[in-house]
Amino acid sequence: MQALIVAVLAIALSLQAALAETVYVSNEQDNTVSIIDGTTLDQTGTIPVGRRPRGIGLSADRQTLYVAVGDDNRIDVVDLKSRRVDGSLPSGEDPEFFVLHPDGRRLFVANENDNLVSVLDIPERRIVAEVQVGVEPEGMGVSPDGRFVVNTSETTSMLHVIDAQTLELVDNVLVGTRPRVAQVSGDSRQIWVSSELRGTVEVFDAGTREPLARIGFEVPGVPRELVQAVGIQLTPDGSRAYVALGPANRVAEIDAKTFKVLRTYLVGQRVWHIALSPDGKRLYTANGNSSDVSVIDLDNREVVKTIGVGRSPWGLVVAP
Amino acid sequence: MKIVLVLIAIFLSAPALAEEGVITIAVVSQERDPVEPVSPLDRPIRDQGIAGARLGLSDNATTGRFTGQSFTLVERGVGKDGHPEDVVRELARQGIRLVVSDLDASLLLKAASVPEAREMLLINARAPDDALRNESCRANVLHTIPSRAMLADALAQYLMSRRWRRWFLVTGGTSGDRLQADAFRRAAARFGAEIVVEKEWTFKPGHARTDTGHVALQTEIPALTQVADHDVLVVADEANEFGEFLSGRTARPRPVVGTHGLVATGWSPVAEQWGATQLQSRFEKSAGRRMSAVDYAAWAAVRAIGEAAVRSRSIDPAGIASFLRGPDFILSGFKGQGQSFRAWDGQMRQPILIAGPRLLVSVSPQTGYLHRGSELDTLGTDREESGCKL
Repeated sequence: MQALIVAVLAIALSLQAALAETVYVSNEQDNTVSIIDGTTLDQTGTIPVGRRPRGIGLSADRQTLYVAVGDDNRIDVVDLKSRRVDGSLPSGEDPEFFVLHPDGRRLFVANENDNLVSVLDIPERRIVAEVQVGVEPEGMGVSPDGRFVVNTSETTSMLHVIDAQTLELVDNVLVGTRPRVAQVSGDSRQIWVSSELRGTVEVFDAGTREPLARIGFEVPGVPRELVQAVGIQLTPDGSRAYVALGPANRVAEIDAKTFKVLRTYLVGQRVWHIALSPDGKRLYTANGNSSDVSVIDLDNREVVKTIGVGRSPWGLVVAP
Repeated sequence: MKIVLVLIAIFLSAPALAEEGVITIAVVSQERDPVEPVSPLDRPIRDQGIAGARLGLSDNATTGRFTGQSFTLVERGVGKDGHPEDVVRELARQGIRLVVSDLDASLLLKAASVPEAREMLLINARAPDDALRNESCRANVLHTIPSRAMLADALAQYLMSRRWRRWFLVTGGTSGDRLQADAFRRAAARFGAEIVVEKEWTFKPGHARTDTGHVALQTEIPALTQVADHDVLVVADEANEFGEFLSGRTARPRPVVGTHGLVATGWSPVAEQWGATQLQSRFEKSAGRRMSAVDYAAWAAVRAIGEAAVRSRSIDPAGIASFLRGPDFILSGFKGQGQSFRAWDGQMRQPILIAGPRLLVSVSPQTGYLHRGSELDTLGTDREESGCKL
């Protein structure tokens, strides 16, 4: 009995320690960011931001949240202490998604209406360069080693690889129809790209851009057209990949070494972006059509909670 | 020595030419009488269809920049007394074999039946006639504009999902109106609705602009609609002669659906989901007006050719055409699902918008209308029903 109590206490303590994280969710139709406490898994606050917030990311020091507010053509800067918008950054027209370069200084922003990737210097608060890409740029990723940035263009259906130093296009690779998200693996050696309408994820060698794998998904009872691939999260250790399957309302777990789909989790409706907790034990999913966030316990392989947020949650980020 | 040099130059340039090939697409339109819009809020449109094709070309060109393919558009017209056959022969002489047809059904059939058209691919972006997908189908014709049956089925699924199953059908005087009414009857039978009353619109069109216009309408329409009770008034008025006048004037307070009011359509300016906002704003920027269903069908036709060219890495029209019909082709059409061509009749399967005058109301197929293959094939003529023998 005592042993049990000790064990329970130990688990409870370790959970406490591990889950002091905070989740920030951009609500596209509400013009807000929801705050979720990682310990209680409750929504604890809402931050009003500009119009049509989608892309969301943390600063290098994790004190600041950047939120792309497309209809206001800027990136709002949220101070996480006061939980208020504290100024904004120029972004070019209609910013949708962005990624922070490991130098902590530059944001690479996809300008959906202008066929551009804008390079924003944060301290200087100005666009320092623009890179021409395909029609409707969306997905943005950066290699952890900082050498290259990747972008997808939805209508052109291409993966664009940009040299992060020279800001020149290194390569343009035709990928599955309507590519949404691109992510670079933790060792900077692979690029993963999701195709919304083909419902596949393609994996490329980052150096040669040769295809390594093409992963398909099947969900019993869901028509092929509705099994779409959107958000991607790779674990930093390169063991797993998680893929949001959009209107199939599932998240797939993939063995990132063998590229095999291991299992799927039933989450909320039209799951869009997904984010791992810093300890890698949880996955949070933004469910656009059911306006909630699902929390997946990855050790026990189950969805442990659904948390109501604002209307049409789109992106999310987890702060330690 | 000079000859050798020239030969080397030719050998060197040959692969480069193949790589940087130009893909030429023709858009063939016909002369149409200018239509004065019924509502003072609308402007007359003079470039319907062709404006969509031009945007499709510019979308193709951006992709082509990265693949070394370039695209050009040639625009050809058929006059009031002109012959589409002549235009097709002329295109064939110029080696142009990819054609977007902005022609009505009868002219399209003439164009597609010319011997020179056998080696061509015509994509129908204007004619919704179900006959073109059935008894009059042609092996060299694909369709991006939805058929009347698809529109009627999409609307019927939505009405049934609302349990609005008793319909009052009002049909205009054109042959298109009668075909659309046939499609509504077919849809009612398919999805379990009941047409409780049918009437024809026989009044003269176009008198609303006179000072007494509203008075005349205010007496005519209540008289016409004084019928047995129904859930919705389904109107078939493709030429836009009277449908706009119905709402707010009927004897019973019932919604107007069909070609007016709540409409089923391949595209509407109110579409904004699934990235549609980007397409709408690109179109507005290039054409200076809003995008119609015909513009969308022409855009989709040109984009389909571009997508097939890029995916098949081909500039050869025959290769492009066969890829379009194949299992690997899908077009991203901003309606939430991949769009491809049905093997049995060449129709592009696509979601159909259920649009109100100001906002999108729904998108069909509706949840629960299942299909063993694609749920998009619950709209229009399915494989087993098809009258198309190729």
